[in-house]
Amino acid sequence: MREYIGKGALRHDGIEKVTGQAEYLGDIKLNGMLYAKIKTSPYAHAQIVSIDTSKAEALPGVRAVLTGRDENVMVGLYMVDRWAMAAEKTRYYGEVVAAVAADTQEIADRAAELIEIEYMPLPPVLDVREAVKASSPQVHENSEVYDYIKGVFHPEPGRNIANRTKVRKGDVDAAFLRADVVIEHTYEQPQVFHLPLEPHGTIVQWGAGDKVKIHTSAQSPFAVRDLFAHGFQLPRSKVEVNVPYVGGGFGGKAGIHMEPLVGMLSKRCGGRPVKLIPTREEECATFPCRQGLVARVKTGATKDGKIIAEEVEYLWDGGAYADYGVNISRAGAVTACGPYDIENVKVDSVTVYTNKIFGTAYRGFGHPEVFFGIERQRDLLAKELGMCPVELRLKNLLMPGAHTITGELITEHTGRVDKCLKMVAEKLNVGQDYTPEEKAEFQKTGKYRAKAAAVLQKSPAMPTWSASSAVVHMNEDGTVHITVGGVDFGQGTYTVLQQIAAERLQIPIEKIVMAPGVNTDMSPYDWQTVASRMTVLCGNAVCEACDDLTEQLLEMGSIVLRASKHEVALGDECVYVKQNPQYSMPYSKICMGYTYENGNAIGGPIIGRGKSIAQGLTNLDPETGQGKTALDWTYGAHAIEIEVDTHTGDIRVVDMASCLDVGRVMNEAMVHGQMIGGVLQGLGTTFSEAVYYDGEGRLLTRNLTDYKIATFKDMPEKLEICCVETPQLDGPYGARGIGEHPLIAITAVIANALANATGAEMYDLPLSADRVRAALAKE
Amino acid sequence: MRQIHLTVNNEKYQVYCPEHITLLTLLREHLHLTGTKEGCAAGECGACTVIFNGKAANACMVLAPEANGAVVETIEGEAKDGVLSPLQQSFIEHHALQCGFCTPGMIMSARALLDANPAPTRDEIKEAMEGNLCRCTGYEPIITAIEQAAGGERGA
Repeated sequence: MREYIGKGALRHDGIEKVTGQAEYLGDIKLNGMLYAKIKTSPYAHAQIVSIDTSKAEALPGVRAVLTGRDENVMVGLYMVDRWAMAAEKTRYYGEVVAAVAADTQEIADRAAELIEIEYMPLPPVLDVREAVKASSPQVHENSEVYDYIKGVFHPEPGRNIANRTKVRKGDVDAAFLRADVVIEHTYEQPQVFHLPLEPHGTIVQWGAGDKVKIHTSAQSPFAVRDLFAHGFQLPRSKVEVNVPYVGGGFGGKAGIHMEPLVGMLSKRCGGRPVKLIPTREEECATFPCRQGLVARVKTGATKDGKIIAEEVEYLWDGGAYADYGVNISRAGAVTACGPYDIENVKVDSVTVYTNKIFGTAYRGFGHPEVFFGIERQRDLLAKELGMCPVELRLKNLLMPGAHTITGELITEHTGRVDKCLKMVAEKLNVGQDYTPEEKAEFQKTGKYRAKAAAVLQKSPAMPTWSASSAVVHMNEDGTVHITVGGVDFGQGTYTVLQQIAAERLQIPIEKIVMAPGVNTDMSPYDWQTVASRMTVLCGNAVCEACDDLTEQLLEMGSIVLRASKHEVALGDECVYVKQNPQYSMPYSKICMGYTYENGNAIGGPIIGRGKSIAQGLTNLDPETGQGKTALDWTYGAHAIEIEVDTHTGDIRVVDMASCLDVGRVMNEAMVHGQMIGGVLQGLGTTFSEAVYYDGEGRLLTRNLTDYKIATFKDMPEKLEICCVETPQLDGPYGARGIGEHPLIAITAVIANALANATGAEMYDLPLSADRVRAALAKE
Repeated sequence: MRQIHLTVNNEKYQVYCPEHITLLTLLREHLHLTGTKEGCAAGECGACTVIFNGKAANACMVLAPEANGAVVETIEGEAKDGVLSPLQQSFIEHHALQCGFCTPGMIMSARALLDANPAPTRDEIKEAMEGNLCRCTGYEPIITAIEQAAGGERGA
């Protein structure tokens, strides 16, 4: 037996990517292709009084000018509330109001400038706390007509509330009365950009007979197909979505984006393909971002540190549209109190409309935001009680036998957050005080060090029915092609699927090839490439497909070798007779059928198929939030040591350890890759990343200078990655999803360390030098 | 329109193009060398890094007429006769790429660094590469890949 799980394999797409051969959306050119440009709103909230497109239309080379008043379509993954273009009013700065298709990009750009739009500005709704009040101006006047998934989401029309998910467990009011200590804090986080290096690009060709071909930089080809077809009332079979290499997504390329708009342009141009590549400024202003969050957390505990009550109100800044983001408030409710065993819980998690960029899925899907407040709150509670924060956590963590706040039973197979926490806390000696000499040095230099630890959890937030499938074809020479409907946009899923197939089929991994892109006409279905669900769900589908292939090889082998099926086995890329291994038949002789000497042939091409769907998930009870939503829970913890320069407010990460209970390490280097990358993204969110607007709601951060992500120079000085392996019963080889988790709780662990170093308690992000310095000045 | 002569990956080209386009557009749209990526078109992300007269440069910040007579190396010239360079090989072996969109620019920046400094320290690597953004890898594997490639190219 060769082992393909664990140590792992090199990336399946390395050669294409290091040579520049990998073809991304921007590299595709089609015959007759036109170029699109969008015209966006300069106001956060405004009535569209008039649009004059005559000058743009008169420009030579312009093939179509489209406004929301000519033709429009409504889309949305969970909440169908978003038009392809604003028609009556604009709801955020950067919203598309019109679009152009022209012979060249230059002509399209010029034509967009020539479109004249008269607006009547309306008061913008910019603060979720104001927006949620009944007296607030409405972002959506007629939201009661919007379609949404009934029973799962709970909008409150007439107010700026697109969803409210409630969790009710025990009796919080009584528990607060019993508590020895009650603390309450409010934590605020701004919106954040995904910032994939590749912007969202799309080419659509709306051909004759309404046959539509879409090439798009998307995480979820089948969701694009589904929502496009649904929006335009087309059969799914007439919409073909092709996804080439994708240059990063982080959630931002899930759901559907400009495909409907570009489709309408193509239709207007007699079916010529139209390409839209947004500029970086458009990518920032027009495409969705991560939601902001205002979190109020009230916690009651006994004096020995047992948390007995928690009341949480999450106001999610959903921006102008709830589309996909409405599910984040639901996910935020399920995870609302973190991986803690708390008997009395009351949660209200609310998606609020504002006149800002709309929110969507972002790596962690609400959890990085929730954990800033929750893990800050744990340290603040420990301080109030005079306890070690690590001990306080260990006293309250979910252990086998406990129930989550939504009533899900934790078993010995669920994963062990306590082991993760102990491991990182020990590695960094969290809790150990500095020596008097070190402390004297801190005082002398004004550079104070401190440590902290925090825990994390996440499960996929997806519909109960979200499914994956896989097809495994054996080629004439016994090599294998695998096609799936999920996308590898860098996270390494395909390499792991290759490893799974190599292990399952006992075929050298070099002989297993992943089809590089996804095409919905040719690839098997997958719901979406999101939620860290691919290794588990698509991995299980590949297992089943390989087993199906194996059965067929055994069957053909047994016929050709004249043995019963139970008497043959697979090995060394052959079917052989167990009793007489010298009687064997290589795969290559039977995988396309077997031909006898006289010419008779039997069998035929061998194709394995597999599918998977999460078992036993339920919707949440609308009143109590009880139910089972988790495919798997991945737990983890971070420990950190920072140095704060009290003169400048700069924070340096001196040392760090991160640990996840991954179930089973499938590919060590790739686990490390996801974890190091996720941690750094978390450091960006902590130190520099924030979407800023002026007082009128006009976006200020529109480029990579004003919006800074972490660079080579922002790496932690030391970062140790470790894993706990508590096998997931229904995960392939025991594995769980880990793609999103590393950046959860990073903000909190640093803010906690900052408080330990300087006494400055920060309740909002980012912890940029100027804001830290201002907080220190207040101390 | 303007006539521009330039050498790209040891091949001589003569291009007629508008004067105001960038070297990036010239490479991608006129020479169809799409390995060089556009991430921001403002010199902020490094995805379009090429070697321009021996030095790493953002192709989006060079006007096409400035490239007249220039010697340019792009990602397409890094592998020779279908064989990956040690730097490319090292990127694969050390998992120094995920989505791959920043990778051509990363490799060209690293190539310029190694050409000028065959034995860079980790700090020198960070300094030289700082203008190249990556949202996936966390940079650590890229530094390791460049370090190891440097050793390999020196025969260490």
